[in-house]
Amino acid sequence: MENIIEVHELTKQFGKFTAVNHISFAVRKGEIFGFLGANGAGKTTAMRMLCGLSHPTSGNGQVAGYDINRQPELIKKHIGYMSQKFSLYDDLTITENIRLFAGIYGMKSVEIKEKSTALLTKLEIEKHRNTLVGALPLGWKQKLAFSVAVFHRPKVVFLDEPTGGVDPATRRQFWEMIYEAAEEGITIFVTTHYMDEAEYCNRVSIMVDGEIKALDTPAQLKETYNAPSMDGVFRALAKTAKRGE
Amino acid sequence: MGNTLIYLLEKEIKQFVRDPFLPKLALFFPVMVILILPLVADLDFKNISICIVDNDNSTFSRRLIASVQNTSYFRVHDFPSNYKAALNDIEQNEADLILEIPADYEKSLTRQHPQKLSITANAVNAQKGNAGINYLMQIIQKTIKENGSQVSSMNSAYPEMITIRNFYNETLNFRFFMIPALMAMLIILLCGFLPALNIVKEKENGTIEQINVTPINKLTFTFAKLIPYWLMGLLVLTIAMLIAYWVYGLAPIGNIGIIYGIALLFILTMSSIGLIVSNYSSTMQQTAFVMFFFIITSILMSGLFTPIESMPGWAQTITNFIPPRYFIEVMRGVYLKGCTFPDVSIQFLKLGIFAIILMAWAALSYKKQL
Repeated sequence: MENIIEVHELTKQFGKFTAVNHISFAVRKGEIFGFLGANGAGKTTAMRMLCGLSHPTSGNGQVAGYDINRQPELIKKHIGYMSQKFSLYDDLTITENIRLFAGIYGMKSVEIKEKSTALLTKLEIEKHRNTLVGALPLGWKQKLAFSVAVFHRPKVVFLDEPTGGVDPATRRQFWEMIYEAAEEGITIFVTTHYMDEAEYCNRVSIMVDGEIKALDTPAQLKETYNAPSMDGVFRALAKTAKRGE
Repeated sequence: MGNTLIYLLEKEIKQFVRDPFLPKLALFFPVMVILILPLVADLDFKNISICIVDNDNSTFSRRLIASVQNTSYFRVHDFPSNYKAALNDIEQNEADLILEIPADYEKSLTRQHPQKLSITANAVNAQKGNAGINYLMQIIQKTIKENGSQVSSMNSAYPEMITIRNFYNETLNFRFFMIPALMAMLIILLCGFLPALNIVKEKENGTIEQINVTPINKLTFTFAKLIPYWLMGLLVLTIAMLIAYWVYGLAPIGNIGIIYGIALLFILTMSSIGLIVSNYSSTMQQTAFVMFFFIITSILMSGLFTPIESMPGWAQTITNFIPPRYFIEVMRGVYLKGCTFPDVSIQFLKLGIFAIILMAWAALSYKKQL
């Protein structure tokens, strides 16, 4: 199967601190890839390098067919991104936020209108189309942020702890949306702290102290580490961490 | 780029209008500054107390005294019989100025080397003393001119009697001198500060990251941040000019098109400085402090309050790099002297260069990737 993300010896140093230490891995096209690790393990830093938000100190790689060192702006055309901090504009309405980001990705006004009506119907928030995003409950905001991140049909979407702080019911709905996007052919690259979510992924990597210590399907990992659940796998690996939180 | 710019402008303008505070600020600021500051920042001195010692007692001296009495700038305190008595008045703090007319002064005016009038000022308040001397010299100059035949010889003998400032602002109305400069201050504050705070707000809210992860062009983003303040600056300037006209009756003698032309360049320059500062800072505090430094330096070194000609040489050199200087020169030139475009083309050129360099710097210092 074709790889949509491939990195080799990717490293990021902040002064003497090595946040990401020579990681190499590949993500296949169309899969849901879980990127796990304790707080401070270097997940977000690694993800930011893949998205062209941060220069790698060394190492190389490709995302969606473009080089992460030389073509970060081309990568950005083909990816979606949702950060752990909600980052749509609170003082714009739902439709205005969708319109803004879709417009930046070069979508036509008519297309934006059609697609956003469809989206709002699906999310059952048509009544709130002109509500300022700042006034929405967190669960809605997260779902909206995800919808905006995949609105322009990117090849890969990067989700940085997308379900942090939302209730279990919304979390469940959120994962249904992720599956839907994956079915449409969008590759999902997701970080999470919830081990039940890790079970939903096709393959999972676990980062400890800036290095990838394990990478396999959840089933295989459980077998290798002789653990009943992903939680057990994670604990077995996280135990070895030397870095404090 | 074109379409993206429109989407971004739509966003910026909506956000500006929806802000609970900014639209009000853009209206109140010019109104307050132009209505109130000219009244308090008035360095025009009235009722300067003067003692006149007339040793000549001629037609000329009586005419001169009448002229002094006829202006509202002076209040004649006394006519002491000699200089010593007049000096006593100054020491008692009852008089600010002494004018002594020497004996046979009128007769001496027809000679090649006329006698000299003596002016003594109480310079404890240096500005008041200076202003008094200036007003008095103008009155003397005018009286001598009116006296007829000696005009030519007098002009060469007292060249310092003419100052450019007084020449173009004959009533020496300090307000007229200040108002064009206050308009510059408005633009410095609004169009410099607001873009700076705007970007750093996006940094603090994390929204800039969502923008940075898009393929947006740096220049497009920078334009989208500059253009709204361009419009706002022009609006603020218009409000200020209308108030200056309605309240103080001050209208530019020169072409209003020149004012808008130079304002376009100046707003671009100041907004670019704001963007540059915010691109290098990560919090509101950092931005605000650095902007304060720039703004205070700009206000003090641009000739807004103090004339550049009276600054030390090295400071005058620095003022060449203070963009507001050129805007203020053009504003005063067009408002008070009726300058035409060729008169101020050098200012246009210099400010244009600043605008281009700073705008490029603003776009380049915006980092999408850390």
